[in-house]
Amino acid sequence: MTEYLLILVSTILVNNFVLVQFLGLCPFMGVSGKLETAMGMSLATTFVLTLSSVCSYLAYTYLLEPLNLAFLKTITFILVIAVVVQFTEMVVRKTSPLLYRVLGIFLPLITTNCAVLGVALLNLNRNNNFVESLLYGFGAALGFSLVLIFFAAMRERIAVSDVPVAFRGAAIGMVTAGLMALAFLGFTGLVSV
Amino acid sequence: MWTNIIIAVAVLLGLAAVFGALLGFAAERFKVEGNPLVDQIDALLPQTQCGQCGFPGCRPYAEAINNGEAINKCPPGGEATINALADLLDVEPQPLDAEHGAAQAKRVAVIREDECIGCTKCIQACPVDAILGAAKHMHTVIESECTGCDLCVEPCPVDCIDMIVIEPDIRSWTWAPPVELDKAPNEVPNATDARVIATDSQTETREASLL
Repeated sequence: MTEYLLILVSTILVNNFVLVQFLGLCPFMGVSGKLETAMGMSLATTFVLTLSSVCSYLAYTYLLEPLNLAFLKTITFILVIAVVVQFTEMVVRKTSPLLYRVLGIFLPLITTNCAVLGVALLNLNRNNNFVESLLYGFGAALGFSLVLIFFAAMRERIAVSDVPVAFRGAAIGMVTAGLMALAFLGFTGLVSV
Repeated sequence: MWTNIIIAVAVLLGLAAVFGALLGFAAERFKVEGNPLVDQIDALLPQTQCGQCGFPGCRPYAEAINNGEAINKCPPGGEATINALADLLDVEPQPLDAEHGAAQAKRVAVIREDECIGCTKCIQACPVDAILGAAKHMHTVIESECTGCDLCVEPCPVDCIDMIVIEPDIRSWTWAPPVELDKAPNEVPNATDARVIATDSQTETREASLL
């Protein structure tokens, strides 16, 4: 039980995928302009990350490994991720047309969010079992959501404050992200998973 | 060697086929009928069908907005409609585009009946079928149906249609919305500025010197 909790703490805070491992920076910078959009993106990414982590684990363990096809893992994972993203897109389009419109191109772009492929590959490196893969994917998604929502909230406040001209827009965003990453370094050594 | 390659290709093809079938099923299961967002936009438009936005009615304009058209082209709706649309679509409200006409008080068309020659031209022009009459007989406007869109004024050969402003009476009078109370139109260039309650940004002069 403790180890599962440690996996969650590790992926959310200590080895945060965005700020410590620098995966998934594209949606982190791209969809953080508005809090509501960031929340929608977080939900969609959480769904995709968890599901694709489990699916790629299953595909690897029960299909590739018994057939000695481990060299096909990357292309198989990409296939799995693409399917999960397509599925998510259909569900979002049906359930929330407005979110579908707001997320726009970023929804299909979850496919190329390297955090998603990163989780699938790191699962293999860490020899995670089924439950661990599930938690690892879910924890990574929670960490991503946490950071994305914090960052979006900060950018909303930055948007109305008096930023020097040279720093306006993406520049101050990058500086803020860097400071956040420094802050997250403070969690290093909290758990060693 | 060759068997390995064939197995690899077969496995990938098999996976792709299974996933394709799954997606095909999901596409049927989660099919979206029409476009629900267009319905929501259409419900916010004033349904005058006046065409001042450049589209042949409110529904076509709603579809155009859904495809990225500007939301400030509806003079009959005025600022209230623009703000409601901005809320729905999560975009910044903009001032009304003057090119498409100014917001006006609610008006209604009235035919001076003794001058009407019964040409039926205004009947054909009316987008909401609010004009009654037959050829060579006097026409009249059903006041409750008229949206005040002006489209019948132009075709009338004897200019017997007047647009009468409806003065608010004791039943239809309301307070003016607070946004319109404290500013003349065009006084505040950016509608969002008016809504910021507090900000730590400095005065205009400092902004200007930095720029």
